Amino acid sequence: MIASDISPLASRLSSGAHTRAVTDPFHGDLLEVSMGPHHPSTHGVFRMQVTLDGETIVKLKPVFGYLHRNHEKLGESTSYLGSMPYTDRLDYLNSMTNNWAYALAVEQLAGQPVPERAEYLRVILAELTRLLNHTCLAGFLLQDCGCSGTPLMYAFREREKILDLFEALSGSRMMCNFQRFGGCRTDASPEWLAAAKQLTDGYGAFLDEYERLITGNEILMARTQGVGALKPDLAISAGITGPMLRATGVDYDLRKVDGYGFYPRFEFRVPLGDHGDTYDRYMIRVLEMRESIKIIQQAFATLPAGPVMDPKAKLRGFRPKPGEAYGRIEGPRGEIGFYLVSDGTPNPYRYRVRPPSFVNLTLLEDLCLGHTVADAVIILGSIDIVLGEVDR
Amino acid sequence: MEPLEQLHARLLSAFPGAEISIVNNPGPAAQHSLLLPAALAREIAFFLRDDPALRLDYCSNVTGIDWLKAGHIEVVYHLYSMALKHGPVIIRLRTANRTDAVTLPSLTPVWRACEFQEREVFDLYGVVFDGHPDLRRILMWDEFKDHPMRKDYIEPDDYEWEPTPHGAIHDKAKAHYPAAVTPAEGAAKP
Amino acid sequence: MSDFATSLPAGISEVDRTELRRQGILLTSLEEFYNWGRSNSVWPLQFGLACCAIEMIATSMARYDIARFGSEVFRPSPRQADLLIVSGTVTKKMAPQVVRLWNQMPEPKYCIAMGACAISGGPFKQGYNVLKGIDRFIPVDIYIPGCPPRPEALLHGLMALQEKIRGQKLTGPAAPRHLQPDATCDYSIPEFGAHDLEPTKNPTVFQPPVIVRKE
Repeated sequence: MIASDISPLASRLSSGAHTRAVTDPFHGDLLEVSMGPHHPSTHGVFRMQVTLDGETIVKLKPVFGYLHRNHEKLGESTSYLGSMPYTDRLDYLNSMTNNWAYALAVEQLAGQPVPERAEYLRVILAELTRLLNHTCLAGFLLQDCGCSGTPLMYAFREREKILDLFEALSGSRMMCNFQRFGGCRTDASPEWLAAAKQLTDGYGAFLDEYERLITGNEILMARTQGVGALKPDLAISAGITGPMLRATGVDYDLRKVDGYGFYPRFEFRVPLGDHGDTYDRYMIRVLEMRESIKIIQQAFATLPAGPVMDPKAKLRGFRPKPGEAYGRIEGPRGEIGFYLVSDGTPNPYRYRVRPPSFVNLTLLEDLCLGHTVADAVIILGSIDIVLGEVDR
Repeated sequence: MEPLEQLHARLLSAFPGAEISIVNNPGPAAQHSLLLPAALAREIAFFLRDDPALRLDYCSNVTGIDWLKAGHIEVVYHLYSMALKHGPVIIRLRTANRTDAVTLPSLTPVWRACEFQEREVFDLYGVVFDGHPDLRRILMWDEFKDHPMRKDYIEPDDYEWEPTPHGAIHDKAKAHYPAAVTPAEGAAKP
Repeated sequence: MSDFATSLPAGISEVDRTELRRQGILLTSLEEFYNWGRSNSVWPLQFGLACCAIEMIATSMARYDIARFGSEVFRPSPRQADLLIVSGTVTKKMAPQVVRLWNQMPEPKYCIAMGACAISGGPFKQGYNVLKGIDRFIPVDIYIPGCPPRPEALLHGLMALQEKIRGQKLTGPAAPRHLQPDATCDYSIPEFGAHDLEPTKNPTVFQPPVIVRKE
């Protein structure tokens, strides 16, 4: 077998892929394994069709669609606001950022301004969501490494605290449905703000505890360093975004690039990786959490008073003028965008979600080639996918 | 980034005779786009990617739009530059019709990010991408015949048991009832 | 407790039994003892479909602690599992796999449809690729509404299932499937068709009441 057989695309791209030609005459027949859609470590109903030489992966084809629940078709048959609860179920760990991305796209489509306090609330909630997502990822990644139980228990302990905040604010633990076009649904009470501030202030201590347990762990380093290394030019070409891109050293964070919301008002750094391997992808997320804590603390310190909803915003009979808009934000997994085409009716003519984890999976095969099956599980875990978003 | 009119003029001088036009976006977002001729689309895409003033190295979003009345399917690409941190430049390609002439050049050789997203457009809209390395259905199963995101797609009718129908579901469920009905009390699940 | 009283030998009432228990004598029947053991070690299959799966994981974590009910042993293999929690939207592409997993589970086995999607398609009901309820293909014992149900709701559903197991008769026509020699534990797996699944439902399993409505 020659390398070009393995990935026809790899030869066409200048940056190349991590392929390994199998020429050893002692190797026996290749083995095809179907991992998923029911597999304990594929993070849902994802399927990888893996061809193995011994335990080494020589070919890997992702198979999608096991959770294709027609989000976009439903979005075109319901009103603009009617799609808001569906965005919760898109990436069901991060409903707040999905809400914001969708609200942002519609606000661009309709030219709808947002009051200052609402923008601050959105920043706070989005960064809390980032904390939640990255914490869960750290737990799941360790679970995939074989560290069963403890890290995930720690992660979910913290997740429950954030979910309690979300529930107090929006009425639902996971499916918040909180943003509206032109602001937020309700205002946060002083008690809620105090509780959220207390949680944020204590989060650094949790991260310290968690890192003491994990970060310097020899087994973790042996399992993740040098595994699934990604080159920056290939990552850019494949449209990789989010922590996975920044782990390769590319400085591209929409919070800085687009400066949406009020992010330019806050001081924070964008952590960058060096090797682009699984360990870097893990470390980037831990460092991002520390930056998120800083952002939330700054937002609490400067939170302005005022309404959280634009008084001129139209909730009933909302019909944007004909036109189109693509709005995007930096979600915890990468660039989540919504592309909307309006024809002047109450329903969007075209409703499209740009899912970060779907596009990030483009390079799964390139990352896994030459590694063992056990490594493929960790690489998939470090890409951080949610099937609701991959398949929509 | 340079204004779209200037980019349009530069493209016309680089590709003389090509039918490149600006599609105006009347909405407040004012994200205008470029309509490219299908035959030259890949060359123009390479130009957009490699031109030093543009360097649109990042293709963010690929999507199809079914224009039922106009009788064509459009594929829209949202391009950004990670190197120069600007964008978006939006390019559109159009098929000749919605039935037999639905082939467009694949831009996967230009931006690998298109690989799965073009497969999705093929699956859901039925646009055939010429030069795509692996053009198969991605979300639906291989035996599936329809293209469900098209506006004239007819969904399978499995509304035979709807205890509490309302709205659009009520209209679909009606066909399965022996008598004319109103959405009254629902029967309990067995 | 009233369920168990009927399985006691004739002549011994529930009052007698309580009195004996107070004296340190446990009086039980084989049926009660067998069901008590089964109901307290229901091992679920580690099988997440969608949003509800996250709540299922949360249920197994420290705060909700499903271990209190003997169900913390999530088995990755269907061969070792007693309970299939259908936790999320079943798409038509996924439905054959779910039925296959159900067939691979040994009897006695139980199924919980967790969340609106697994019950009826939920908010995604109108999707062309969404199965309108997993009960079209496999028998469901417990339905838990919610989108997604809270972990407490899942625990309540589990307790309801335990109650159902404890009330099962070991003999007679009402005996559970695994004690009836001619009952099947194999359900037909749908095939992918050109427009839809073929068949779209399993008529031996899916027998909803006929709704006749008049104006």
